[in-house]
Amino acid sequence: MRTLSQLVFMAALIGAASAAFAQGGDNAKINVEQKITVQEPWARATPAGAMSGAAYMTLANKTSTADRLTGASSDVAVKVQIHEMKVVNGVMQMREVTGGLAIPAGGSVTLKPGSYHVMLTGLKKPLVAGQSIPLTLTFAKAGNISVTVPVQAMGATGGNGGMSGMGGAQQDKGGGMGKMEMK
Amino acid sequence: MQARQWVITVMAGVAGFAVAAVAIAFAVTARQPGHSGIASIGGPFTLVDDAGAQVTDKTLAGKPYAIYFGYTYCPEVCPTTLFDLSRWIKKLGPDADKLNYVFVTVDPERDTAKLMHAYLSSFDKHIRGFTGTPAQIAKIASEYRVYYKKIPTSDGSYVMDHSSMIYLMDARENFDAIIPYQENDASAVAKLKSLASQAPTS
Repeated sequence: MRTLSQLVFMAALIGAASAAFAQGGDNAKINVEQKITVQEPWARATPAGAMSGAAYMTLANKTSTADRLTGASSDVAVKVQIHEMKVVNGVMQMREVTGGLAIPAGGSVTLKPGSYHVMLTGLKKPLVAGQSIPLTLTFAKAGNISVTVPVQAMGATGGNGGMSGMGGAQQDKGGGMGKMEMK
Repeated sequence: MQARQWVITVMAGVAGFAVAAVAIAFAVTARQPGHSGIASIGGPFTLVDDAGAQVTDKTLAGKPYAIYFGYTYCPEVCPTTLFDLSRWIKKLGPDADKLNYVFVTVDPERDTAKLMHAYLSSFDKHIRGFTGTPAQIAKIASEYRVYYKKIPTSDGSYVMDHSSMIYLMDARENFDAIIPYQENDASAVAKLKSLASQAPTS
């Protein structure tokens, strides 16, 4: 009996190890995507000559352990940081998020205008509505996740909803940012 | 010991009152009425526009104007405000030409006239960009009671904290109203129309 249970145990071990091997290797991303998902990423088109831009998204953590967004990088910008924006008594304040942006276990964090954003600085070219940019997000536990971020028009507020009165949602596609269409 | 603590407490109290008194005096001064608004907002300045030409407060004289302070490295608030303002200018129709519109940088070290010119090409053509030396910018910001502060980032660069409202000034450079960040279209356009109606008719 003892040998049988040992055999079963061994078989289980081998099975687990080979599964882990299959998942690891060159495909760590798949492993990662089961833990953290990046939903509805988008960026705003930038004015001509602008050296900075912002990207937004929802980060959902499906695991039972908290994680942190600690950094990011993109081919289109020299530096990428995580910032928080607030308007306090009429003063716009922007602060780098130090120590990473916490994503609670089983929860999510939405980066959006007026709040957290991925700040792209040293833009190598303007972000143009209708195009998209590559972005790699780095998490403390989940590692790197690469996403493709569509660029929306300058007044866009993400998705189809957004703030009323902004009139941003009606700006479907700005085309080139040299000149934009305005109603 | 007790006597000394008492003295410190009294001194702290006096200091507190002094600070409060100065703050109240400041607030009252800020609300001294002028011809049609707050006299102590605005004042003389010398800057450079985005075409590279020297400009002064006299350049704006004769027309009411909307003046906004920001910077081109601003990822969100400034482009949104200029985008909103561009839409409002369109909605003004023929009244749009009755006003001047100015974007003044609070980041003169990076915002050259040339960069501001390129930046503003993405917005309504009525909006002009003003920059200057750090001292000139400090002067106009102080006159308009605009708060701005450089905040260093971990990569050795910086971002700017800054007041986010648009000031509306009449043709005699008296304060008329503000448009706060992300004001709704109807209200903002009504304020601009009201300002345009004060434009000299000649």
